[in-house]
Amino acid sequence: MIGTLRHRGPDARGVHVDRACGLAHARLSILDLTGGGQPMAIDGGDLVITFNGEIFNYIELRSELETKHGRRFVTRSDTETILHAYAVWGDRCVERMNGQWAFALWDRKRERLFCARDRIGVRPFFWAIHEGRFLFGSEVKAIFAHPGVRRALDLHGLHEVLTFWCAAAPRTVWQGVSELPPGCTLVVDASPRAGGRVEVKRYWQLDYTIDDSKDEAERTEELLALLVDAARIRLRADVPVGAYVSGGLDSSVIAGVVKRHTQTPLHTFSVTFEDPDYDESGFQREVVELLGTQHETVSASHELIGRVFPEMAWFMETPVVRTAPAPLYVLAGLVRQNGFKVVLTGEGSDEMLGGYDIFKEAKIRRFWGRQPSSEMRPKLLRRLYPYLKNLQAQPDAYLKAFFHVRPADLDSPFFSHLPRWRLTQQIKGFLSQDVKAALARHDPLEELRGRLPREYTSWHPFAQAQYLESTILLPGYILSSQGDRPAMGHSIEGRFPFLDARLMDWAAKLPPRLKMSGLDEKHILKRAARGLVPPRVLERPKQPYRAPDAASFIDPVTRRSRHAYVDELLSPERVARGGIFDPGAVQKLVEKVRSGTAVGVKDNMAFVSVLSTQLVIDRFLERFESGLPASLQAIP
Amino acid sequence: MSDIAQKISDFIVDNLLLGRTVDIVGTSSFLEAGIIDSTGVLELVQFLEETWSFSVKDEEMVPENLDSLARLVAFVNKKLAG
Repeated sequence: MIGTLRHRGPDARGVHVDRACGLAHARLSILDLTGGGQPMAIDGGDLVITFNGEIFNYIELRSELETKHGRRFVTRSDTETILHAYAVWGDRCVERMNGQWAFALWDRKRERLFCARDRIGVRPFFWAIHEGRFLFGSEVKAIFAHPGVRRALDLHGLHEVLTFWCAAAPRTVWQGVSELPPGCTLVVDASPRAGGRVEVKRYWQLDYTIDDSKDEAERTEELLALLVDAARIRLRADVPVGAYVSGGLDSSVIAGVVKRHTQTPLHTFSVTFEDPDYDESGFQREVVELLGTQHETVSASHELIGRVFPEMAWFMETPVVRTAPAPLYVLAGLVRQNGFKVVLTGEGSDEMLGGYDIFKEAKIRRFWGRQPSSEMRPKLLRRLYPYLKNLQAQPDAYLKAFFHVRPADLDSPFFSHLPRWRLTQQIKGFLSQDVKAALARHDPLEELRGRLPREYTSWHPFAQAQYLESTILLPGYILSSQGDRPAMGHSIEGRFPFLDARLMDWAAKLPPRLKMSGLDEKHILKRAARGLVPPRVLERPKQPYRAPDAASFIDPVTRRSRHAYVDELLSPERVARGGIFDPGAVQKLVEKVRSGTAVGVKDNMAFVSVLSTQLVIDRFLERFESGLPASLQAIP
Repeated sequence: MSDIAQKISDFIVDNLLLGRTVDIVGTSSFLEAGIIDSTGVLELVQFLEETWSFSVKDEEMVPENLDSLARLVAFVNKKLAG
């Protein structure tokens, strides 16, 4: 099983087996390079752990454990800190940790396996029960490597991908495989009395109860202090730490904080695009010049995105609706080539501090919905999505029609996300008749409604939108398919200062007007960032990270597929064999892409969804035994 | 079905529905039915202009002219009548 995860930890491998439990670990050595091997045991082998991630406040925790609780450490690693923390504080040890982790800790005396995942879902954790055995791993492929485990797509999970862009934990796109939700612990009680009972408990969640006790200036100072410390503890490593610079505000702030507030020499990395609609290299250069960092770039051409997409499918282990993970995989490769293992990035800022256009869109729609006959209010819709040319080309009447607020929507707990989810669900039109029939009675929104926290309805609408974005798309797609997976595909660890435990708790309670003042997104971050980033980066309209989709696979000029696998996997025979999509509908879509007229969001999402599903079927259902794609055999 | 209606219907089936089965004649609002999205309306207008050699003005790009098969046929007839 651990052999399938070699990319996550190419530096060392270890196994611990006792009577009831076996743990394995593939190590990416970052802290305590010589003493931090795993699985690691203390107390004469009574407590053993396999752990992926970082506990950034391990130095402070260790000091407390040594001085107040008399614990004796033999290594300098954060891994050992978890073991002692568990020995002293039990299951609640996770509440004291600030970091990004997934671990399984075997408590031999109590015959229980204690597993946990970080608050927001940076590091992954999957599990399954097979013939009475509890199997787990950082990726699903580790579970599939266990002899006899059945591999089959979960149609309800796929339905969630075609709604939310990802399956929402605990559901996955794989039958019988669960994901431990972020902010949760899981205990397997292996004592004879319990017989392997599994219990999942939530230990943390975002709390959007507003704290309006301080003014904007005080809050701005607090944010800067939090960011500086979040970045400082994320520089703790025994290997050099780099940073991504996208050209946008968030990664620029992180690079600026490191440069201005620490002594760390900074090496930065960017991906550029040949298509000017996606390329931000002009802004990237400005940031790099201002900060004076050593900088490397890599260009993600359409051809390259299409070429690496099958490798990405192997790492993502799920269909996706966008190609955006692929350029990040290329970027991680650049980092690895330069000898780095760790990068800081700006992920999480949009979710925690209110940066996404979906928040702005919801604000305008709600404002308009209160006065539906207003001619002036819908004119604000022009302020949305300035980077979407086709949307901007719409006549007013159609722009209004697309964002039209249905009276019933105003009462929906999902008001902010209904346009996005409805648009994505249109991909279901391409499903085969059998799959459509199987999903006819499944409603992902109804299921989600049942999982919302009790306090949800008491939160401000802006906070409700933030909650949905932070608990579904962030862990399920942004931190996974665009975060952990492309980075770990090249044995790179991403670290995210905006997802510091203290910062997330602080940001959730921040009054919405400080997040979005009028239609000024991330208002307070822009105030805190003055002097840290170039003024032009501070003032530019938000442009979310995107990558060319269908054009990465079929050249709209020559009308030919860029790679042989595209024609093969989208052929009517292979689509029919996969059983998920309707071959006729897919052929029409492919013809449209080939003709160069598939320029809309919906067609592009549908194309990427079909192709990524076909790749997942090919790699995981049809050819899993062949192991890693050939191009990945030579990971350094 | 008239020749105009048939041409429009074929265009929608081949370029916007892409194999999905929807009752185009019976659909009262293409927007509500999800047939037309943000680029679909631009594709549709381009098709009308190229097929019947007239130009659609900005103020004519409204759901009243484009949001159902019956409205589209009426709009094309009006444009052709000059």
